[in-house]
Amino acid sequence: MTKATFVRKEMLPPQEAPASQRGAIKWARENLFSSPLNAILTILGLLTVVLLVKGALPWLLNGVWEAGSLMECREIIAARHGEGATGACWAMVRERWHQYLFGFYPQPLFWRPTLAFALMFVALAPVLYLGNRTVNTIMAGVVTVLTVLALIGISVAFPQAIAGADAGVAALLAVVIVLGALTAVAWLAPRKLMILTLLYPAIGFYLLWGGSIWGPIGALAGFAILALVYSLTKGQLGVVVGTGAGVVAAMVWWLAVQSHITGALHSLLPFSITHVDSDEFGGFLLAFVIGVTAIAASLPMGILLALGRRSDMPLIKALSVGFIEFIRGVPLITMLFTASLLLQYFLPPRTNFDLILRVIILVTFFSAAYIAEVVRGGLAALPRGQYEAADALGLDYWQAQRLIIMPQALKISIPGIVSSFIGLFKDTTLVALVGLHDPLQGVTKVVRAAIEWKGIYWEPYIFVGLIFFACCFSMSRYSMYLERKLKRDHR
Amino acid sequence: MSDPHAITREINRSHMQVSDEVAIQITNMNKWYGQFHVLRDINMTVNRGERIVICGPSGSGKSTLIRCINRLEEHQAGQIVVDGTELTSDLKNIDKVRSEVGMVFQHFNLFPHLTILENCTLAPIWVRKIPRKEAEETAMHYLSKVKIPEQAHKYPGQLSGGQQQRVAIARSLCMKPRIMLFDEPTSALDPEMIKEVLDTMIELAEEGMTMLCVTHEMGFAQAVANRVIFMDQGQIVEQNEPKEFFNNPQSDRTKLFLSQILGH
Ligand SMILES: Nc1ncnc2c1ncn2[C@@H]1O[C@H](COP(=O)(O)OP(=O)(O)O)[C@@H](O)[C@H]1O
Ligand SMILES: [Mg+2]
Repeated sequence: MTKATFVRKEMLPPQEAPASQRGAIKWARENLFSSPLNAILTILGLLTVVLLVKGALPWLLNGVWEAGSLMECREIIAARHGEGATGACWAMVRERWHQYLFGFYPQPLFWRPTLAFALMFVALAPVLYLGNRTVNTIMAGVVTVLTVLALIGISVAFPQAIAGADAGVAALLAVVIVLGALTAVAWLAPRKLMILTLLYPAIGFYLLWGGSIWGPIGALAGFAILALVYSLTKGQLGVVVGTGAGVVAAMVWWLAVQSHITGALHSLLPFSITHVDSDEFGGFLLAFVIGVTAIAASLPMGILLALGRRSDMPLIKALSVGFIEFIRGVPLITMLFTASLLLQYFLPPRTNFDLILRVIILVTFFSAAYIAEVVRGGLAALPRGQYEAADALGLDYWQAQRLIIMPQALKISIPGIVSSFIGLFKDTTLVALVGLHDPLQGVTKVVRAAIEWKGIYWEPYIFVGLIFFACCFSMSRYSMYLERKLKRDHR
Repeated sequence: MSDPHAITREINRSHMQVSDEVAIQITNMNKWYGQFHVLRDINMTVNRGERIVICGPSGSGKSTLIRCINRLEEHQAGQIVVDGTELTSDLKNIDKVRSEVGMVFQHFNLFPHLTILENCTLAPIWVRKIPRKEAEETAMHYLSKVKIPEQAHKYPGQLSGGQQQRVAIARSLCMKPRIMLFDEPTSALDPEMIKEVLDTMIELAEEGMTMLCVTHEMGFAQAVANRVIFMDQGQIVEQNEPKEFFNNPQSDRTKLFLSQILGH
């Protein structure tokens, strides 16, 4: 046996790599200059960036925020930076931001869309964050604070909007109380928040359009009728026919019966808030109303279409395939033009069908067809064994779909579904073509028509583009969050 | 016999009585896939408490046969009666049969988005309408029985193949089935995991469960089966009690098959 004279007790600390193998230099070598071609591309890329920045930076930096008109902007820029200097005229944004956000919505009522927007997040939280109580509460709390700040901001900008009338102050208080209460609910009774989620469509539409309280109650009653007819007939007729009967009954109610009954109820018990006409909607308010409604409605519709397309029942299959292929084969603009006329033909005469509602229906159909194909991809990726195991355990078709198939298929489809939604949201700008005031074209045209802002070009696009980017980027990040969360949960 | 998984344990036969009551009756059953005649004139009676092993070369129709018994596949001619209920296209009958018959698949087919416990309670809660708490107790009982109660809150992806297959067995048992079907339950498993699954199945047999098992584990067949059925080209070629079947096969096809799988 040899006698050891020295035994190291601890590991030596690792030495730093030589400079050429470390940090920025190593990274640049490996990624930017690894070959002559790569080096050339790197240099060309850098040149392009430099030229772009050189062109745009002065324009951005010389921007003017305080001016009454484009002329004034230009004078200020010329005075500050010399003749011939270019600069952005952000003053337009400062003067007209409310039109980009609310269109021609009456200024004293700005609190209503603001509250509707805030409630949307509170209502969505239980769905988006899968009932995570802490996140829901934080969300509701943050929304409450931001809403109060936004309303204060609005009332500073438009003194007549809130401070002008007593009702305005009361409204602000009411908003604070409602949102505060919801935050408490989110923490104390997380499941109860789902009630808000279910009622939100009616609440949101009532806040936006106003009018008699019986309108949204009547619309909700239609869904109650659907559910009632379905549960009564499901036993004899089966799920599909039962749903069909329910939809028909609800349609009859909405189109033929509802207005008489709600009219009568209103004359008995008149309660109403100021009605706002669809013509007055515009800007991001319009984009959100169309986008959010169509997103929420097209997901279930797309799922049903995807299931229909894989159905064994020839009629259902043919209808689904026909619908999907027809819609995917026709440009959205064509549908917006012609079908907004066609819908009018199919409906009973003298029903005055709101233009925004018509557009929402078409955009929903359009998006549903794409969602259906994305979901079908997810369904196809599931192994047959999942269906067989569900069958062998005795689950019926809808139970198997709801409990086994859809949770997995939708998880696979998340990136595709969110891409569809992002596309849909941006496509809402196309409604300019049927005369609605979307933020990009509609409102910008109005702004440019004003004598002060005649000739302004880039600023509206940059402003609107940034807001769209923020929305779409958030959706994209959310989808990545959701994917990560589901992956972590399931593996 | 050179079976690597030779069953060494003592089998407790006290419950393994076969009653006269018929559990499954198949008469003149035929099935086609398009032009292809997969199952030809199948006649077979399974009594309650019987344990039957079905073997035969790949593609001979073994899976198709047992999948017809819980109507994962539809037969075109003949009759299948399970526990007194004839399988027709009537959905009520199909649901009734499926809730009586448990099935274990080659590839486990656990639901990867649910925990082990949720996998086991899903069908009892939604099909049998049992309260969640009670369903969870039952599930834990069967998970203990297959010796993995401690995995209840993991996801299937976190378990080994053998463990997953035992969960699949427990999941079926939670529906309290009267008949269990196994379709090559061990052929997707690594050799060292086969034994744990076979042990679970032997325990089930000892408790008197009616079992139909497609498998090539001949040790298992010898230890617990009271009948071995040999299939080839969609037909039942030969059936006999295990001892006779292995030592004294009648048809040439059976002899060839046995010599191939036993490596003689
Ligand atoms: N869905 C199907 N469509 C057409 N042929 C099939 C289908 N399923 C199985 N088969 C065929 O039926 C035969 C029997 O299959 P199977 O019952 O799986 O055999 P085994 O389980 O004995 O290996 C095979 O030849 C197989 O190719
Ligand atoms: Mg097979």
